[in-house]
Amino acid sequence: MQARFKHLALVVAGALSGAAMAGPISGDVVKIGILTDMSGVYASLGGKGSVAAAQMAVADFGGKVLGKPIEIVSADHQNKADIGAAKAREWFDTQGVDMVNDLLNSGVAIAVQKVGAEKKKIVIVNGAGSTALTNKECSPYGVHYAYDTYSLAKGTATALMKQGLDSWYFLTADYAFGQSLEAETTKVVGVLGGKVLGGVKHPLSSTDFSSYLLQAQNSGAKVIGLANAGGDFVNAVKQAKEFGIKQTLVGLLVFDTDVKALGLNAAQGMKFTTAYTWDLNAETRAFGNKYLAKTGSMPTMVQAAVYSSTMHYLNAVKAAGTDDPDAVMKKMRDTPINDFFAKNGKIREDGRMVHDMYLVEVKKPNESRSVWDMLKLVSTIPGEQAFKPLAGSECPLVKK
Amino acid sequence: MQSNDLNPTSLKMARGAEQKTRYWPWLASLAVLAVVPFGVYPTFAMELMCFALFACAFNLLLGFGGLLSFGHACFFGTAAYLTGHAIKVWGLTPELGILFGTACAAVLGVLIGVIAIRRQGIYFAMVTLALAQLVFFACLQAPFTGGEDGLQGIPKGRFLGLIDLSHTVQFGERELPLALYFFVLAITFGGYWLIWRTVNSPFGKVLKAIRENEARALSLGYRVDRYKLAAFVMSATLAGLAGATKTLVVGLASLSDVHWHMSGEVVLMTLLGGMGTLLGPVVGAVTVGVLHHELASLGSWVTVTIGGVFVVCVMLFRRGIVGEIAHRLRRTI
Amino acid sequence: MDIPLQAILSQAMLGLNNGAFYALLSLGLAVIFGMLNVVNFAHGAFYMLGAFVALLGYDYLGQWLGNADMRLSFWAALLVAPIVVGLLGVIVEKTMLQRLYKVDHLYGLLLTFGLALIFEGVFTNYFNVAGEPYNAKPEVLEGAVNLGFMFFPKYRLFSIVLSLTVCFGVWYLIERTRLGSYLRAGTENPDVTRAFGIDVPKLRTFTYFLGVALAGLAGVVAAPIYSVSPKMGSDLIIIVFAVVVIGGMGSIMGAILTGLALGLLEGLVKVFYPPLANTVIFIVMALVLLWRPAGLFGKEA
Repeated sequence: MQARFKHLALVVAGALSGAAMAGPISGDVVKIGILTDMSGVYASLGGKGSVAAAQMAVADFGGKVLGKPIEIVSADHQNKADIGAAKAREWFDTQGVDMVNDLLNSGVAIAVQKVGAEKKKIVIVNGAGSTALTNKECSPYGVHYAYDTYSLAKGTATALMKQGLDSWYFLTADYAFGQSLEAETTKVVGVLGGKVLGGVKHPLSSTDFSSYLLQAQNSGAKVIGLANAGGDFVNAVKQAKEFGIKQTLVGLLVFDTDVKALGLNAAQGMKFTTAYTWDLNAETRAFGNKYLAKTGSMPTMVQAAVYSSTMHYLNAVKAAGTDDPDAVMKKMRDTPINDFFAKNGKIREDGRMVHDMYLVEVKKPNESRSVWDMLKLVSTIPGEQAFKPLAGSECPLVKK
Repeated sequence: MQSNDLNPTSLKMARGAEQKTRYWPWLASLAVLAVVPFGVYPTFAMELMCFALFACAFNLLLGFGGLLSFGHACFFGTAAYLTGHAIKVWGLTPELGILFGTACAAVLGVLIGVIAIRRQGIYFAMVTLALAQLVFFACLQAPFTGGEDGLQGIPKGRFLGLIDLSHTVQFGERELPLALYFFVLAITFGGYWLIWRTVNSPFGKVLKAIRENEARALSLGYRVDRYKLAAFVMSATLAGLAGATKTLVVGLASLSDVHWHMSGEVVLMTLLGGMGTLLGPVVGAVTVGVLHHELASLGSWVTVTIGGVFVVCVMLFRRGIVGEIAHRLRRTI
Repeated sequence: MDIPLQAILSQAMLGLNNGAFYALLSLGLAVIFGMLNVVNFAHGAFYMLGAFVALLGYDYLGQWLGNADMRLSFWAALLVAPIVVGLLGVIVEKTMLQRLYKVDHLYGLLLTFGLALIFEGVFTNYFNVAGEPYNAKPEVLEGAVNLGFMFFPKYRLFSIVLSLTVCFGVWYLIERTRLGSYLRAGTENPDVTRAFGIDVPKLRTFTYFLGVALAGLAGVVAAPIYSVSPKMGSDLIIIVFAVVVIGGMGSIMGAILTGLALGLLEGLVKVFYPPLANTVIFIVMALVLLWRPAGLFGKEA
């Protein structure tokens, strides 16, 4: 306890001295908080890998901005909205954190974005996918950077409908993210003239999917859409193979780590939409290999997006000449993003970062030449088609 | 009833406490708590106060009633959700919202208590755990809880429709939410005082008697089941009060409030601080809270540390921090 | 809702499969509870460890020993993993649990709860929480059998048969053999048993070994079906607790039969009303407790 009070005293003293010589950079340091899942179901998608990505970005930027040091702090939000919001609030209130990044779970992301709006601090969401972040819950200080459920549904469903796979059955994780994924996909399928024959909602983190899969099989649908993520997705695919289910199985949110967990044997031929995979072009390969050398694994799209968005933020601070959130936010919106992650990426007024998405396919085992050689590009989905148009936005910040 | 007390020592101690009721320890702790927000981060302090009340409510059942509930999160969480819903959707004032959430926790306490108190010891623990799991799944699927996303953006509102609880006071560089802080302080302190009164009342003594020797209490003509149920409901109600207040502090209610990990956490707080002591749960809650807070960046090692604390407590000092100190000093705190 | 008989039969088969798992897990729990009066909260963690021993043995053992071709086969894992997990249990029992028999039984629950957190936390730190694939499913058990109403994977059929064989074997061991009678005597009346020259502490250690090894075995059997993940045990354990409570804590046969029955029930609920699938066991539990507080097969305490 004593140490804690000392620590607090230091913080207070630091804050006061910072005020005494207020310059363009608050507290004379630019602090970036990586709030992520370090111990839960999404830990391998972001977690320590996201912290490493942010550190790489800072190192590549030169470690300093406007002559002041850049510091990274990190914490585990444990996929609990209350813990995430409390941590972010404390970071903003007592630690002088200027920007929070990552946020792997929609519930946490919405809560933290609210805190950011209240405290006027920038919050960049990379891990969570709910479209609510840029619609009903949108914030003038929030950026939704990597992907969202709309872009995933749009890319994957459109591609499959083109192949004539026009009748669907959903296996949906019974929570907001899964439901929004199913709803977005249903809309796309309907618009393109397809039919949804039914669906079943399963509890989050189920282990046994066999009975749901048999129901899907009995429905006679051509496609079984998996509106779930992580462990649920992996288990469902494995068990579909075990029961010899012949229908096309499609994951609506798939990460490279999931493909690795499944193994190419079980996952081969599966198509899905992603914002990044390391083997797209020379630039993505360069980043992927550099990241691999540092951390021992290839980056997921979330980790790559953490790097890219941190870089974009630091560039904006430099260009604005201050870390004042309003000025930085304006610069971030005004400057297009051009790096390995996004080409002509742009942050819209609702906070959505619009960029190209990629439809990829899992390779056959005999096509793969190394452990990480798992995916091949099928098509590129241009940003303006991949993301929900502003016209249909429910965000009050969008002027109509 | 007092004349029927079974345990002469506890009677003597209780009488001693009654005779020696002094107000200075209460006033002193209130004075200390009143200056806390100027030193400690207020939101953190308020959360700790809520958890301390939760642990004390739990301890009322475990430490004084001898019943280990492994499902107390369901009262904490249910009250949190319903308070949030009442304030956010129905537009109730904060004190009415908290009252509503707490009352619902009490009703749930009756429902679960009636089933659970039929068994004792480990059976009781398992039954409460399983029933709480039922509540967890209900909260997961009920439309108003927001499922995995939780119930968010709950406004602080105006106390009695007059005092704005989101009001902050400038102190140096920081803005202190003093209105909310003193509101929370009043509630948790009131709850604690109620527990203290209960423990030192004839009712509390009968509870202790039941804990020591249930068969004997039964043979003396006490309707043991009624006492147990009353203790269970009271504990559930106060746990609900803690959950309801926490919702107001953090502005959201989520699944983690009803998850069985939360039930485990409150057991740890009580065990670590010292079960059956009045101050123990408070010390335990603060210790566990600070532990979580300081280790937050270590990821899953937090889980390992918490597990380790459990093991060390069970193996080496079952009396807990306060219990151990009291034992050394040879007197009750 | 019109549901064909074929669908009901298929779901019943799957329910039986789950039921066999529940039976195997709740059996271990019931053995430990019945003989030692310990609610083994770490049971889920030991289940997870069993799966990890099989996984690590297959994927990494060779690397560690410097011979990349050396792998622990599935069949070997069926034997080795329960023993390794059981020995870990012996360490836990000898160093910690043993000292808690004399104090309130609640401390056993609290200790094992702490241990479960430690095991889970350590593995979460090193392994993919989304799950690691276990690729050692034997060739013989690939493919499916035609049951007339459905194609049922051979491996699942094997897991049902194996689980039931082990369950009834353990029941026989405890209820019908000399060793079993020592075990029961050692718990019902330790002093008298000791007077007959039987080493009661050793019996207790063996009991814990047995119960935990059963959890480890369940882990190995589960590994090829589900992903091996650090969290695989933590949610299952609560369901298994409920199974044991319904069956009557401590009753060996009660645990086996209840496990099977509840698996079946859960399977059928998945056909008729899926949202209830996760809760049906807890609802049954509440009803059973209202009607028979000691559980279906339990003796009145």
